[in-house]
Amino acid sequence: MPILAFRLAAPEMLVDLKYVEGLDRIAIDKDGVTLGAKVRWCDIEADERLATAHPLLAEAIRHVAHYQIRNRGTVGGSLAHADPAAEMPGIAVTCDAVLTLAGPTGERQVAAAGFFEGALQTSLAADELITQVHLPAWPAARRWGFREFARRRGDFALAGIAAFYDVDPRGRAVDPHIGVIGASDRPRRLARAEAALSGKVVDSASIAEAAAAASAEVDPPSDIHAPADYRRALVATMVERALAHAAR
Amino acid sequence: MSVRPANSFIGSPIERVEDLRFLRGRGTYVSDLNRPNQLHAVLLRSPEAHGRLRGIDCTRALALPGVHAVIKASDLGARVPHIPLRLQPLPQLEPFHQPMLAFDKVRYVGEPLAVVIADSAGIAEDALELIDVSIDPLPAITDKSSADAAAAVLFESHGSNRAMVWTATRGDADAAFASADLVLKESFRVQRHAAMFMEPRGFVAEWDVESERLTVWGAAKVAWTNRRILATAMEIPETSVEMIEVDVGGGFGSRGEFYPEDYLIPAASRIVGRPIKWTEDRREHLMCANHARDIECDVEMAVAKDGRILGLRGMAYADIGAYFRTNGSVGPRNVAQFMSGPYKIENIHLQTTQLTTNKTPSGTYRGPGRFETDFIRERMIDLAAKKLGIDGVAMRRLNLVADADMPYPLASITPYDSSTELDSGDYHHVFDLCLEKFGWNEKSALQGKLIDGRYHGLSVGSFIEGGAAGPKEDARLVLETDGSLTVYLGSSAVGQGLQTIMTQIAADAMEFPFERIRVLHGSTSHVTEGFGSYHSRSTVMGGSAILLAADKLKAMIRESAASKLGCAASEVQIDGETVVTKGASHPLAGLADKPLEAEATFFNKKYTYAYGTQAAHVSVDPGTGHVQVHDYLSVEDVGRMINPLTLHGQAIGGIVQGLGGTFLEHLIYDEHGQLLTGSLADYLMPTASDFPVIRSITLELKPSPNNPLGAKGAGEGGIIPVGGIIANAVANALSHLDVQPMELPLSPPRVWRLIRDAQEAKRSM
Repeated sequence: MPILAFRLAAPEMLVDLKYVEGLDRIAIDKDGVTLGAKVRWCDIEADERLATAHPLLAEAIRHVAHYQIRNRGTVGGSLAHADPAAEMPGIAVTCDAVLTLAGPTGERQVAAAGFFEGALQTSLAADELITQVHLPAWPAARRWGFREFARRRGDFALAGIAAFYDVDPRGRAVDPHIGVIGASDRPRRLARAEAALSGKVVDSASIAEAAAAASAEVDPPSDIHAPADYRRALVATMVERALAHAAR
Repeated sequence: MSVRPANSFIGSPIERVEDLRFLRGRGTYVSDLNRPNQLHAVLLRSPEAHGRLRGIDCTRALALPGVHAVIKASDLGARVPHIPLRLQPLPQLEPFHQPMLAFDKVRYVGEPLAVVIADSAGIAEDALELIDVSIDPLPAITDKSSADAAAAVLFESHGSNRAMVWTATRGDADAAFASADLVLKESFRVQRHAAMFMEPRGFVAEWDVESERLTVWGAAKVAWTNRRILATAMEIPETSVEMIEVDVGGGFGSRGEFYPEDYLIPAASRIVGRPIKWTEDRREHLMCANHARDIECDVEMAVAKDGRILGLRGMAYADIGAYFRTNGSVGPRNVAQFMSGPYKIENIHLQTTQLTTNKTPSGTYRGPGRFETDFIRERMIDLAAKKLGIDGVAMRRLNLVADADMPYPLASITPYDSSTELDSGDYHHVFDLCLEKFGWNEKSALQGKLIDGRYHGLSVGSFIEGGAAGPKEDARLVLETDGSLTVYLGSSAVGQGLQTIMTQIAADAMEFPFERIRVLHGSTSHVTEGFGSYHSRSTVMGGSAILLAADKLKAMIRESAASKLGCAASEVQIDGETVVTKGASHPLAGLADKPLEAEATFFNKKYTYAYGTQAAHVSVDPGTGHVQVHDYLSVEDVGRMINPLTLHGQAIGGIVQGLGGTFLEHLIYDEHGQLLTGSLADYLMPTASDFPVIRSITLELKPSPNNPLGAKGAGEGGIIPVGGIIANAVANALSHLDVQPMELPLSPPRVWRLIRDAQEAKRSM
């Protein structure tokens, strides 16, 4: 809406999805969590099943904007808008989510990692619509953490980290996923930070290594809210705090 | 002068009579008004910061259906009218007055170039995109260094981007510096920010072709002055203009000053011959309404080794933007005149140079100049105390002006000479009470402590707030034939609860029931002359005028009653509903055949000085640079409190605004003079949940000797010391690193960088 209000975009046609049925369900089964495109942030907040079905999602969505926006903003809208600092795209990428896109020739499935092409840029075609996003099943014992820092509660994050890993019988991190928002032109996973953690016991030493790796591998933008070097350092802080939460 | 002796309304926490209306959505704001046959205006504004205006081609815009006119500078007569200065109208500043529409040069992004009149604001906005503006760009001057480098000058006839210098003097500064044990020299910056009231500006103007009379809805703050400016610019008699005040969503010094739109909308109505409505949007507000606070300052403090401050010396540079607007000098002047604040500093030589730059013109914003100068002074005191190895608390106590020194003259300022003196106060008592109520002794164990990853810091500082600007204010009291009282006032309501407060004062002065009083204010038809609401003056000036008028009206009522009841006027008592004498009474209703009217003027040359002390407890997260406010306390003496509820609201609101200016709010320009903070997503305001822990205590210790109420203007105080107090608390939290903030805002990246630089400096030592 701000883009329209500032006359930066003047689309000839706006389609209201309010009356399209079947896009507003949160489905939870053994394969994971499926969010319809019209699911609102307040719907996620109110769904008590998500506290165990996908605690990382539930925690991240608590940081989305303010009360009024959480009552109106939707999963599909956020994914399509593709703000690099937005939580939902960050969770989708971090959690290997799959988006379902519907167009005139039918549906197609796209991995979140390939969907986001840059700031406000996605692979969604002009005649396509996001109908749902699927997050793979969440094992009960999975360790996770989410931390973001914004100027005020509800503002876009200057940087944020979503992280999770499973633990093997010897207490070592298995298949860690570490995703960043607000510190590059799109949400992305941090492969070197993940590698720094993989197979290690998550303690202050391995956390510090992962944080340093994360800080080195992001290429954050400078803007009026924060210079790049600040964001780079902030990524390390957020990794430290997200992983400390995960390992608590 | 007599007021009700007991059960008085003055001093009682009466709920605002305005609130029922406002909270139920029944306020009437200017955009709620519509006139029959009305058209809408939208302004074409300069996209360039600096350049020569070559042409404006409106052909395509005029062809758009629904567009009625595009008004350019050439449509405004042989000479484009300019906005005069309301305060400090120095003749040497005339070259810097803003034209109502740019005609030869553009000097800031957002400067009005033309007015589009259309059936709707939407059509007018569409038309804007069809106007071709041709501007030959000139180098943009965006800060002090580019102003001095002068790749271009804004006003070629003046020849420099340094417009004028204010000088504040007291005693012999050079001698004080020569005898000082310590001379501390530092540089400070305060960022450009502005009053961001909730409801942007707007007008509905209607020119009556038959009677050649103009009605303007949307007046605020200084309706009489603006009527004079408008009538002069439109070349019509003042009496042909009626300015009508409607509800407004906040002012804070910015709303109600005369802007180009104050003329352009009425002028458009006369040109087109139909009522015209204009509503400012937020982006326009950010780039068009007065900016404020943009200063740099090199300052020296002379101190004796026991901590006595002997002198202040220095030069501030105030970036006032592209033009001198109505009150554009007040803030820069105050920086020089009020840097000494509540402290006894006998030797002062402080100057402010006003610089013109290609940014939005500036004006007053709550606590103008005082917020800036208090940041500098309170930081300097802590820096000096640290250098001397003495306690900052003790140093402040040592230097506060003592009760016995009152009235205490401050530095005099020139040009547009003015002298002023602190009127009364027990500064030490308030200072100690603030420490006590804050729990300074108990909390001081936290100073510099690292707890759960955050460094904690405390600070305390004192301030003064000037109020009650003259020259005068009018009040007219009317006893209606039904026995009710109507109060007509020259003050304006800008959200400060004026109606409630004036009703309280009138109720006590007349010994009338609260419910029988109606207050009408701010519109030019109510009283002969009015001076409005600025400089925390309404309560003192308007309230005192009510007291004077009430004495007159009571005398008239006694005369009427005396003839009706057959007794001497001196025997008549007024008890709110009836007039009573020995053995006889008569209701006020029907006492006279027609309304009884008394008008009075309160004249005042002397300012009031409310004063106070504030203390803060913060913690700093070194990983993010985030500063959290854990406790904030303000203790203030206002002489006489009219309404503790509204005053409390003013204090808390002022502090929240001060925290906004300390942490968040920043109007950022790039090197081309483009404003980068064009929405409230980028210009960050404090919200209700950001600073929940603010406490305020208000005292009535020392009434002002300068008005019959004994009240001191107190609408701005809270905001004044916040920047300095928070910056000192941050420095104290990070004292192990010797972090010294010299610039606002204390945004997380700035605090983080201070910490990082200090850590690196420590490592390389």
